[in-house]
Amino acid sequence: MLTIGLAHYLTVGAILFTLGVLGIFLNRKNVIIILMSIELMLLAVNINLVAFSVHLQDMVGQIFTMFVLTVAAAEAAVGLAIVVVYFRNRGSIAVEDVNLMKG
Amino acid sequence: MLSDLNPDLVLALPELFLVVAAMGLLMVGVFQKEAATGGILITAVLAIAVALLLVPTGLEERATAFGGLYVSDSFSAFMKLLVLLGTALTLIMAHAYNEREGFARFEYPVLVLFATVGMLMMLSANDLLSLYMGLELQSLSLYVVAAIRRDSLRSTEAGLKYIVLGALASGMLLYGASMIYGFTGTTNFDSLAAHLIDAGETGPSTGVVVGIVFLMAGLAFKISAVPFHMWTPDVYEGAPTPVTAFFSVAPKIAAIGLLLRVLLGPFGELVLQWQQIIIAVSIASMVLGALAALNQTNIKRLMAYSSIGHVGYALVGLAAGTETGVRGVLIYMAIYLFMNVGTFCCILAMRQKGRMTEEISDLAGLAKTNPALALAFAIFMFSMAGIPPLAGFFGKLYVFLAAVEAELYTLAIIGVLASVVGAYYYLRIVRVMYFEEAMEGFDRSIGREVVVILGGTAAVVLLFFAYPAPLLNGAAVAAAVLFAG
Repeated sequence: MLTIGLAHYLTVGAILFTLGVLGIFLNRKNVIIILMSIELMLLAVNINLVAFSVHLQDMVGQIFTMFVLTVAAAEAAVGLAIVVVYFRNRGSIAVEDVNLMKG
Repeated sequence: MLSDLNPDLVLALPELFLVVAAMGLLMVGVFQKEAATGGILITAVLAIAVALLLVPTGLEERATAFGGLYVSDSFSAFMKLLVLLGTALTLIMAHAYNEREGFARFEYPVLVLFATVGMLMMLSANDLLSLYMGLELQSLSLYVVAAIRRDSLRSTEAGLKYIVLGALASGMLLYGASMIYGFTGTTNFDSLAAHLIDAGETGPSTGVVVGIVFLMAGLAFKISAVPFHMWTPDVYEGAPTPVTAFFSVAPKIAAIGLLLRVLLGPFGELVLQWQQIIIAVSIASMVLGALAALNQTNIKRLMAYSSIGHVGYALVGLAAGTETGVRGVLIYMAIYLFMNVGTFCCILAMRQKGRMTEEISDLAGLAKTNPALALAFAIFMFSMAGIPPLAGFFGKLYVFLAAVEAELYTLAIIGVLASVVGAYYYLRIVRVMYFEEAMEGFDRSIGREVVVILGGTAAVVLLFFAYPAPLLNGAAVAAAVLFAG
């Protein structure tokens, strides 16, 4: 029978992380989806940290995860607030409309 | 009285003081509303001045606190002094700007204080966890600061771009941190260094190398080095000018300090692994900074590309990986601080009929309409171009000398060539000011504070060669700490 080991968790983490990065770069529709992708990246890191923590029998990884969760929440709050003020000025949050300055 | 305190708390006194001051000012701001805005800004500057005095200088040896999460040594002290000085100067500049533009928000100085605490934590980080927390405290405050003019489309767009790309960078840094933790079993910098020295025979595992690459990518983002620079021009152009001035000095100095500590501390053993990456990033930043700035018309955008180039030059010293190289980086960042603050003072003075202008063509004939301002601007431009005997020349001299000593000849030659190309666009500004037909002049009222800062920074840049000893010695002592172990 197949046992789920460290390598499986790391693979899941790597796949989720890649999906998050791709979501930021390939998404052409909505800024909210970008914020979701960022969240996905951070959660992928959490899977990594917890898997390593269990594998190493060491609590530091789980403590790190708690901090990452907290910061992720703060980041989402700041991100959504900025999206709201941007929407008030622009009237749209489509990614292709974020183009006042070139770059 | 101080000796009665927990020794851990004494070491972290500057951070603790600033964080309490920031929270106190936040409360005052919330309950006093608009009335107290000017007072809050001045109090914030005073708080930073107190924190400057609290930074422990003249430390004999490094001391760690909070279970090894926090470190205090002469390197962190040197960088903290630069960061606090840069923050204080740019806050004072913001005072004049706020009064003229009718833009008064008490949140601005409070957020800047929180960002400063984050930067101090970054510089004293001795663990991947405290590194991450410091970096995020700084970044989250800066995202909001970039969008502080919430009725302006440009400012909010700058904030939006900054948070999306900044969060991507934090994610990469964190992924790298998780890999390093997983493959070494520790997040503490001292244990990491010991672990990697033990593994010296067999070399580091692939996981650690992958982790370092991700960690460096995240940090390269924060110092806006190529290929992670794409947010810089937009954020610099969109954010209000005093905010741009702040962005271009304090966070950049803090992130460079963090990069130095991480690469030379825990990963000093792996110099061969990261040296190639730093060389490539350095060359790309210098070349792109020089070439992309050539046809910019907006002065703040030009300053963004200029700062990308300057980061490239500073990284030349890190690429050398030697004590003289690090000393060069520290000297470079100190001089960069004064040049950049001064230049942004000049940009703040670019106002016509009570409105800010940002086009380089608006500078035409400034030498006739406002000779003093044009002279100061020209001094900073010559210094940035690296023309002796101005301070900018010495900054470049020390990093290039270190690169030559470390036998990185190609890097040094490309650096010199890039700075020649870079000189073209700096001198173009001087040409526009001195040799083009006079346009309508700028408003005369620059603000007393800005004039004082402008004069002070111009004097430092101009007279650095006469009395360079304090900076050179301070940088030498600070650099030596990183190589003591």
